[in-house]
Amino acid sequence: MWAMVAKEFRELRRDRRTVAMMIILPVVLLVVFGYAANFKVHDIPAVTVGPGAQRAAALLRTPTFRVNAIEPGAGEAAARIRLRDGQDIVAIVTGSGGPLVLLDGTQLFAVETAETALAHVAPAGSAAVRVQILYNPGLTTSWVMVPGLAGLILVFIGTLITSLGVVRERQAGTLEQLAVMPFRARDVIAGKIAPYLIVAAVDLVLILVVGISLFHVPFVGNVAVFALGAALFLLVTLGMGVLISTVSQNQGQAIQLAFMILLPQVLLSGLIFPVSSMAAGVRWISYVLPLSYFIQISRGVMLKGMPITALGQPLGLLALLAVVVLGLAIVRFRRDLAAAA
Amino acid sequence: MSWGLEGVSVTRGRTVALAGVTVPVDPSRITVVVGGDGAGKSTCLAVLAGLLEPDAGVVRRPAKDRIGYVPATAGLYTDLTVGENLAFCADAYRLAGPERSRATERILEQTGLAGARRRLGGQLSGGMQRKLAVGMALLHAPELLILDEPTTGVDPVSRADLWRLISRSAADGTAVMVSTTYVNEAARAARVVLLEAGQQLANGSPDDILRGIPGAIGSVRGPGRPGPLSWRRGASWRVWAPAGRLPEGVPPVPPDFDDAVLVAELSREQGR
Repeated sequence: MWAMVAKEFRELRRDRRTVAMMIILPVVLLVVFGYAANFKVHDIPAVTVGPGAQRAAALLRTPTFRVNAIEPGAGEAAARIRLRDGQDIVAIVTGSGGPLVLLDGTQLFAVETAETALAHVAPAGSAAVRVQILYNPGLTTSWVMVPGLAGLILVFIGTLITSLGVVRERQAGTLEQLAVMPFRARDVIAGKIAPYLIVAAVDLVLILVVGISLFHVPFVGNVAVFALGAALFLLVTLGMGVLISTVSQNQGQAIQLAFMILLPQVLLSGLIFPVSSMAAGVRWISYVLPLSYFIQISRGVMLKGMPITALGQPLGLLALLAVVVLGLAIVRFRRDLAAAA
Repeated sequence: MSWGLEGVSVTRGRTVALAGVTVPVDPSRITVVVGGDGAGKSTCLAVLAGLLEPDAGVVRRPAKDRIGYVPATAGLYTDLTVGENLAFCADAYRLAGPERSRATERILEQTGLAGARRRLGGQLSGGMQRKLAVGMALLHAPELLILDEPTTGVDPVSRADLWRLISRSAADGTAVMVSTTYVNEAARAARVVLLEAGQQLANGSPDDILRGIPGAIGSVRGPGRPGPLSWRRGASWRVWAPAGRLPEGVPPVPPDFDDAVLVAELSREQGR
C-alpha cells in the first residue's frame, strides 16, 4: 500500500495545477459564493409617474428602493415600457383613483421584498393601492428558471465538450499533423466549434420545447431576437471550451478548468441570486459571465417580449465576449500549432 | 528543386538539439536520418516540416500544401474509419472530383487497406495504422514527404510493406525524409545522415559512409571482449583498428552499416 501512496503523492506533486486547485480553489469559491449568496434584496430600482410622482417617490426613500426616475408628466404606458426594458422593477402610477403599483414578476425575490416593503410604507388612510404583477403574475419559479436553466445546461454541455477538443488532438499526436496541413488557426477553431454549435442549437430548441410544454412557460417575444442572443451566447460558451482546451495539457486539466469557469455561472449569473444583491466585490464577476447576459435576453424575450432595441446592451456585450474569447483561442492555438513539435 | 536543411542549429533551453546539421532531401530520393533516442532526429524533421524555427541555418521546403508529414505518434484519428481518415485529408488538401477518387483508391491499393475501408482507425493493428498514416500523408501526392520513425514498433512484414510504400513514393518523384532508429534501414536510402546528441556524425550515401570508415574492421570469436574498440556481433566480436592495423589473429571483414554507425560513435568519443 505504501508504494501506491508514495507513487500517488509523487505524481500529485508534479501536477501543480491540480494541487493548487485542490487547496486554493475551495477557499476562493467559499469566499466568492459566500458574498454572492444573498436572497435579501435592497436598492430595488423604482420609477414613479403621474401627478403624485413626487409624493410616491418620497414614500419609497427607504434602503429597500432606489428611485431611478420621477416623471410627473408620464403615465402608465411609459412605466410599463421601463419595466419591460428592465430599467426598473417597481413602478408607481399615480393619478385618478388609488395608486397603481406595477411589479416585474421576472424578479421573484425583488418582487416579494417590494410587496412587503410597500405594505409598510403606504400611509394609513390612503386610497387603496392596487398591485399588478406583470410578466409572471403567479410568481411561478419555473417561469423564471427555465429560460436561465436552458442557458446553464448549454454552458455545461458546450464548454465541457469543446474543452476536450484540442487537448484530445494534442494527446493523440494529431496536433502536429494539423500544424503541417494547410490550415489556419482560425480554420481549425471554426471547424472545432461548428458541429457543436449546430448540435447545441438543436439542444437549446429541445430544452425550450420541453420546458415550455412541461412548465407552461410563455414565449411572448420575438423568436429571431432570441435566436440572435442564443447564437452569440453559444459562440462564447463553445469558444470558452476551445480556449480552455488550448491552455490544457491533458483532458483532466481541461475538465478541471472547465469546472472552474462553470461553477461561478451557477451562482453569480443571476440565475438564482439577484446580481444586484451581491457584494460589490464579487458582482463584477457576473459582468464577465456570458450566462448573465443570456439570462437577461432569454427572460426578457420569453417572458416580457423585450424588443431588440431594449436588449442592445446584453447582445452587444455577448458579441464583445465572443470576439474576445474566440480571438484569444485563435491566438493561443496559433502558438500551440507553432509549438506542436 | 532540392529541399532540406543547411547548417541548421536548434537550442532548447541549455540543450543543443541540433548543431549545424545539413540534410539535403532531393526529389525521387530517400534521405534517412539515423540515430538513437535524443539524437535530434525528430527535431530535424520538425524543422523541415515547419513545426520548429531553427536558431540558425537555412531551411528549404515547399509550400504547406505540398508537404506530407507523419509524426512519431499514431498520425491518424482512431475514432474515424480508414475511409473517413482519408476523406479528412482529401478535404484538407482540397482534393475533389475524379482526382479525389483516384487518389483515395490509389492509396487504399498501395497500403493494402482497401478491405479495411470501413474499419475504425483504432481497430487496426499497429502496422496497419502506420500504413494508413503514411497513406494519409501521401494522398495529395506531396513534393516532400517527412516520416518520423514510421517503422518503430512495427512487425517485420508491415515494415517491409511500409518501405515498399515509401520507395514507391520516391520512385514517383517525391523527396522523402525518414527518421529511424533501425540502422539496417539506412541501407535503403540514397543519403544517410547519422546523428548523435544533435551532432552530425556522418552524411552521405550508404556506400560513401561505408567507404569512409577510417582504419580496418575485423572479426574474432571468443567469450571475452578483445579491447575497448570492439563490440558484440552475434557469437563473435567486431574489432576496429583506427590506424588500419588489426591485432594478430583478427581477420578483416567487409564492414556493414551497423559497423559504420558504431565506428562513427567511437570516433566521436575518442575525439572528445
